Amino acid sequence: MSIDVSTVDKIAFLSRLRIEDNVKESTKEEFNKIIQWVDQLREVNTDGVEELISVNENAIQLREDMVTQGQCSEEILANAPMKEYGYFAVPKVVE
Amino acid sequence: MTDLTKLTIAQARDALKNKEFTAVELTQAYIKNMETKRDLNAFVCETVDKALEQAKQSQEKIEKSLGGDLEGIPLGVKDLFCTKGIETTACSNFLKGFVPPYESTVTAKLLDAGALFLGKLNMDEFAMGGSNETSAFGPAINPWSKDVKLVAGGSSGGSAAAVSARMCAGATGTDTGGSIRQPSAFCGVTGIKPTYGRCSRYGVIAFASSLDQAGPIGKDVRDCAIMLKNMAGYDAKDATSVNVEVPDFEKFLSGDIKGMRIGIPKEYRVEGLNEEVASYWDKAIEMLKDKGAEIVEVSLPHTKYALATYYIIAPAEASSNLARYDGLRYGNRVDGNSIDEMYINSRTQGFGKEVKRRIMVGTYVLSAGYYDAYFLKAQKVRRLIRDDFVKAFEKCDVILTPTSPVVAFPLGDKKMQEDPIAMWLNDIYTVSVSLAGLPAMSLPIGLNKDGLPLGMQIIGKAFDEQSVFEVASALEKQAKFEGVK
Repeated sequence: MSIDVSTVDKIAFLSRLRIEDNVKESTKEEFNKIIQWVDQLREVNTDGVEELISVNENAIQLREDMVTQGQCSEEILANAPMKEYGYFAVPKVVE
Repeated sequence: MTDLTKLTIAQARDALKNKEFTAVELTQAYIKNMETKRDLNAFVCETVDKALEQAKQSQEKIEKSLGGDLEGIPLGVKDLFCTKGIETTACSNFLKGFVPPYESTVTAKLLDAGALFLGKLNMDEFAMGGSNETSAFGPAINPWSKDVKLVAGGSSGGSAAAVSARMCAGATGTDTGGSIRQPSAFCGVTGIKPTYGRCSRYGVIAFASSLDQAGPIGKDVRDCAIMLKNMAGYDAKDATSVNVEVPDFEKFLSGDIKGMRIGIPKEYRVEGLNEEVASYWDKAIEMLKDKGAEIVEVSLPHTKYALATYYIIAPAEASSNLARYDGLRYGNRVDGNSIDEMYINSRTQGFGKEVKRRIMVGTYVLSAGYYDAYFLKAQKVRRLIRDDFVKAFEKCDVILTPTSPVVAFPLGDKKMQEDPIAMWLNDIYTVSVSLAGLPAMSLPIGLNKDGLPLGMQIIGKAFDEQSVFEVASALEKQAKFEGVK
């Protein structure tokens, strides 16, 4: 399967990354190489094989859904690049 | 006085108890090495004042015959572990200046055991890389370098280099596809990736959550046993940590492996395998035979698909995990006219090339129309790879392989810089184990003709690190590697 520049643009936007115009072509080529390389998995017969999501599929423990930590908004905000009135601040999103 | 940094953790622990020197003296000896070996670029953040303060407190405990297994032992911490009040960046520009308000479970356990931290160790950015060259702080240098600077391996390159150069008594590492084992092999030190679920991932900055595991890098097998015992254990804060008892791994170092069955996977004699690596593999087999082990051939038929499987699953999980870096709550922020532009500006500026590459690959294999063909397919092949190991372990107790098909290579190797797949191929012996979630240790076995260390990998069944330690211990005694630089 071959990837074109518009696909690279689409993937870059989904990734919230910018690919500069002067490297779009080389990015596309590198991307195609990688995808062609992983395409070797197509030759493996996986009919009837269930996907493995976690190696410890039977061991995962659930806990009660309850608050275990709280009253730490200052710590949560401590590393915020911009904050106002005890909240994270963002650029204007509503016109 | 003898050079205290030449002592293993076990030796230092006993000497501290016998009052041969103090924890402060031990710490100062390591600090001296940190200062004289800064050109190795192993530490990206030094916390020596705090370490000396902790050493004083440890010494008081030791004098009262109190304290934990690691009381007064100076360690280094890979910069992927969140350390409360100490800058933690995952060696990414995106996180420069980030000071976690909490401690990772693994480092908290080490502190509880009495360890003190000399600082944070260099690594590939977000643990993505096999040479430490993707670090925003520049690469860690292999202490075994001679005329040409060699890579320390990756991603835990700073950890392996620092232990090898005696800048800390031991270090934490993390391993997603080989990031503890391969740098250990390159730097002539010992490291173990435990079974997935053995150590808590809480507070370990996530790369690929179904693969990431923390583990120790040490001067020898025993030091790894001591550290791992004090890092492992169930943690309610990580739903994937497994609630099983943590054995005292130090009790499994007798080296008595009589009658144990050692599996040799026939598919691992790959094309391009370095001749000296192959010949040391044969030597290691002979060493274990001499100790009374039985050698059996095993088959791992899906080995050739492990790398492609890994390089779908790991980037997919990474693209999801790294979506949290939005420039909003912490980390790098570059403003824009809209919120999307702010995300894009912040991420484009904050991430390095390899991280962007993997986010994009991951986003692609998860995107509508390709999810089934790539991500789901890779997860199915992952099961086949895991089942290969389950079958192989019906015939053997542990599996012996080289850790890496190559030795440490020069910095800036052109082929690997230009062709990311060439770099990824170095992970061939380590990724299958990660996909299967099994424990595996790398230990040095000897030097090649250029005087560079080679590592052997011992793979165990899930939650059977004990057998890995037994066999590693036997091999270590036979190989008599004069390890640390």
